Amino acid sequence: MKALRLPRSPKVLLGLGIFGFFIIMTVIGPWLAPYSPSATNFTPNLTPSAHHLLGTTSLGQDIFSQLLVGARATMVVALLAGLVATVLSVTIGVTAGYLGGFSDDGLSLLSNVFLAIPGLPLLIVIDSYLPVNSRSNSLVIGLVISLTGWAWGARVLRAQTMSLRNRDFVEAARIIGEKRIRIMFSEIAPNLLPILASSLLFTVLYSIGAYVTLAYIGLTSTAVWNWGTMLYWAQSNNAPLSGEWYWFVPPGICIALVGTSLALLNFGIDEFINPRLRDAGLTSRQRRSLGLPRRIRLGLTPVLRPAIAKKISPSPAKLVGQ
Amino acid sequence: MRMILRRLGLYALTAWVAISVNFLLPRLMPGNPIQNLIGRLQGQVTSNEIRAIRLSFGFGVNQGLVAQYFTYVSQLFHGNLGVSITLGASVSSILRASVPWTVGLIGLSTIISFAIGTFAGAMLGWTRGSRFDSFIPTATFFQAVPYFFLATVMLLIFGSDLHWFPVLGAYSQSVTPGWNWAFLSSVVRYGELPVISIVLSSIAGWMLGMRNMMITMIGEDFVLMAVAKGLPRRKVIMHAARNAVLPSIANLSLAIGLVVSGALLVELVFNYPGVGDLLLQAVLNEDYPLIQGIFLVITLTVLAANLIADFVYLALDPRTRTEAAL
Repeated sequence: MKALRLPRSPKVLLGLGIFGFFIIMTVIGPWLAPYSPSATNFTPNLTPSAHHLLGTTSLGQDIFSQLLVGARATMVVALLAGLVATVLSVTIGVTAGYLGGFSDDGLSLLSNVFLAIPGLPLLIVIDSYLPVNSRSNSLVIGLVISLTGWAWGARVLRAQTMSLRNRDFVEAARIIGEKRIRIMFSEIAPNLLPILASSLLFTVLYSIGAYVTLAYIGLTSTAVWNWGTMLYWAQSNNAPLSGEWYWFVPPGICIALVGTSLALLNFGIDEFINPRLRDAGLTSRQRRSLGLPRRIRLGLTPVLRPAIAKKISPSPAKLVGQ
Repeated sequence: MRMILRRLGLYALTAWVAISVNFLLPRLMPGNPIQNLIGRLQGQVTSNEIRAIRLSFGFGVNQGLVAQYFTYVSQLFHGNLGVSITLGASVSSILRASVPWTVGLIGLSTIISFAIGTFAGAMLGWTRGSRFDSFIPTATFFQAVPYFFLATVMLLIFGSDLHWFPVLGAYSQSVTPGWNWAFLSSVVRYGELPVISIVLSSIAGWMLGMRNMMITMIGEDFVLMAVAKGLPRRKVIMHAARNAVLPSIANLSLAIGLVVSGALLVELVFNYPGVGDLLLQAVLNEDYPLIQGIFLVITLTVLAANLIADFVYLALDPRTRTEAAL
């Protein structure tokens, strides 16, 4: 957060908080689970109670344990797919943007093709051909998802690399005689950090959606507990229509919260990249106490001096017009 | 026109990639899925059908891979997508019945979502810093919910509990399909809830993109100039919005793919007789020819939608036209 100098707005802090919570759940969730998620030795269809915080399924499994255990597979696949896809998009995007010429044409064409093919149907086609034992393998599923999710990041990174490639510091490195690989990955790549972070968040968001969807339609092994398989079992046992909300709502809410936290973090990065989007992280009450206009005036981009932002004092803030 | 030609080339290439993926996957995958499939179907299908299945996947054909490929492509151009394993009918005839539902549902929802989202985004960008900003985290939450989950919850609350909307299917069982008023109004009535849920899930993307571009735009001098000239506010907003909307349209190709992917599952939840529902059945039954046919048709439809978006972009952005004239 410090390296990126993310604005400390409530949005970003909330996003970090929620995301941190689910990371902790990923790590210790399976140990906290009171019962085995697959054990079928409870009374079926129990409503939530002290013994079963989220009730039981119609097979007599503890839903709360499934939720805790399922966090790990869901998050691990999403993070893995997001990471691999980001590595792919950096490699392809930076190479295309830096080299230009034929390699750029070829690589941009490749990413444009992958952008134009709708991801989920492609994913379903590939996944339906996988042997059954690979479908339960999180690594394989994660890799397949990353294959369909890298193109957007590559396009954005390519554009940014092209704007960097003729800057003076890159020229300097070239004149010194640095190797191409070194220029691309140690001179240019660090300057892409905010865009890289945003692309990582986006791909993780995409991956979690893709993984859960695959599991929901029964294309991953139903023996691996993740939030998608929970929804799959809930749906196939008609939980939504028989009013068993405690079965299918919790996994959906968890997915949504992880997604929301990633999107909130992305706001912070957006505001970092494009300062005009910032409202200096002030609430409307703080703004009033600072004597700032409620509405930001046209033609002015308010940028609060850090010193003032630090101690929000009742003295009028200085506006730096642009 | 150069831009359109380039895009056409890209889409042709994309279609070719999709076709080749369809051709190569069954031939490259380990474990020979077709053999397993035939093994499981033993006794349920006639030997003629087994031969047809094997042929459609290139087994037992005395042809090299390249020759097989050309046969495959020429069959495709004749509209022959193979025969569905479980449904027994040809894939193209099955798709002909379900594609219109999907195109209607997803196309309409995308247009509505784009229109409302862009308008709301422009307003949010203009009134930035006002209390409407609290809209944004809410919209983000809806964006992060998987489409099918939101659809399920809406089906439950507004369909089964409150009975505000009819649920399950695309029209009432009591009307006969055809161009008559009873049928059409029933289709509209049954389509309301699916459309609303797709719009709710997809609107945040358009809204946020537009808001961010609008904020960037109103910092530009030409907007300040418009205000200084004393133009009415409505005109100033339009002036800025026309420019801010361009990136949204340029990004449509990415967005349409994502929306279609999500919306296919909404059909599933509502039992809508479109491609999404068919896809699930095909996946559950490992009906490979049907899965492939659906993939191909979805891809081609998305490409066509992209092409339309490109034309719109061309019409809206004079710069692309000038460049073409030079």
